[in-house]
Amino acid sequence: MALSGSKQRVSGHSKKAQYGVFTGYVVALLGIVLGIVLIVISIIQPASFSGLRGLFGDATQPVSTVNAGARSGGRGFIESVQGYLEAGQQNAELKKEVEIARIRLAEARAIEEENARLKALLGLNETDVKPVAVARLVGSSSSSTRRFAYLGAGRNDGVRPGMPVRSERGIVGRVLEAAGNSSRVMLITDTESVLPVRRAGDNTVAFAEGRGDGLINIRLINLGINPLKRGDVFVTSGAGGLYRPGIAVAIVTRLTDDGAVARIISNPAATDFVAVEPTWQPEALRGARTPIEEAIGSNRTVDAGSGDNPDAPATESGGVVTP
Amino acid sequence: MIERRAYSQRSERNGRQINRDHSPFLLVFVPWATIMLASYLQSVPIAVGGPLLPPIGFLFLLAWRLLRPGVLPIWAGIIFGMWDDLFSGQPFGSGILFFSATMMAIEIIDIRFPWRGFAQDWLIAAIITIIYIVGTMLISGSTLGLPLLAVVAPQLLLSLIAYPFIAFIVSRLDKLRLMRFRTAA
Repeated sequence: MALSGSKQRVSGHSKKAQYGVFTGYVVALLGIVLGIVLIVISIIQPASFSGLRGLFGDATQPVSTVNAGARSGGRGFIESVQGYLEAGQQNAELKKEVEIARIRLAEARAIEEENARLKALLGLNETDVKPVAVARLVGSSSSSTRRFAYLGAGRNDGVRPGMPVRSERGIVGRVLEAAGNSSRVMLITDTESVLPVRRAGDNTVAFAEGRGDGLINIRLINLGINPLKRGDVFVTSGAGGLYRPGIAVAIVTRLTDDGAVARIISNPAATDFVAVEPTWQPEALRGARTPIEEAIGSNRTVDAGSGDNPDAPATESGGVVTP
Repeated sequence: MIERRAYSQRSERNGRQINRDHSPFLLVFVPWATIMLASYLQSVPIAVGGPLLPPIGFLFLLAWRLLRPGVLPIWAGIIFGMWDDLFSGQPFGSGILFFSATMMAIEIIDIRFPWRGFAQDWLIAAIITIIYIVGTMLISGSTLGLPLLAVVAPQLLLSLIAYPFIAFIVSRLDKLRLMRFRTAA
């Protein structure tokens, strides 16, 4: 048993000490009020404090990068040991390769089908997209219920809010705030993240909503008999203009009444380097946000990756439109 | 034998006392630095799919406040909360609110129940941590649902179990804080 803190509190008859204690209480109470005010501001306008966050994100970025390097090194070591324990390191590597090949196959099928459809419709062709920046995921909000990751590239590398972030396996998320040398990425598992997807191989369109626990809810647009099966791969549909179509998103693990629960293909924990891609169709995005009364084509055109893009979604909500 | 006894009486658990004093720098630096470092560390580890880590920064603040009352001023919650908000991914201000409210709450508890053992401290920390985690979940802006609750539950349990370990680390850091250094020649 210990007497807690009363020594500090007994201020006796000293007026100065009494005022000191009183001021402490007042300041602490003001802190509570300040907290409430700031929360209200950040909920109404989520981008308000991005500058401050970005400043410290930039400041801690070198340390985080070193840490990320050590982390991936350590993970590589553990994987090697695991490989030996199971059936040799080669086995582990091959398994990884087969897994990626399987995803690629599903993606290729999706792209093939996409191409066929587009060619049939418009005679259009997809060009390969060059990433804006390639960087490490240097951290994440691992104690909050929101799912954010921090990226070791920022405005100086051409990263702008709204750009999709992907790894070699599939979609990771999209940039929410970009500071000088770091940026904040909303992962697709965040509960506010919604992205339009379709099943690789056919045109079953759906929304992929984050659940906040590392899984994704697939909500089908057309309700009726649930056509999904376990193991179905979902890829981005390109609707909304944010994500390029045909990038792997999730694999169905369990069926529900109106869709399925899916596991993300590009698990951020297993991701080291990610690529930031330019927004796929900035025009479409702008169109979607323009009120119906205004004409879209009249004012300036927006080209991806140049200048401060005020059209980039500043909200923390999904930011995508109907598929 | 006389010499040995004299030697042992000249030292206390934080080292020898004669001609040695606490470092005014460490007295302040150790608690502030460790809480801030803990807040930063929660953003560094692997990018996980769900909330997994206990709110380390908050637990460190609780441990310092409960184990060493008087080390942190009552308004310290504002600074630590602001710092935590930079890295936690919560809407800015949630840390300021919860950290300040925690400092106030413990102050009131201190007045009401001055005599406490570790078990009571743990109980207080557990109750405050539950309020903190549920509260931050509510104002985080996430869509609340069953899956989210299912994820928060393990995090909550982990935080409750983590408190004694963090308290242990803090008690060791406190020894560092109270280390005595030779004052004058």
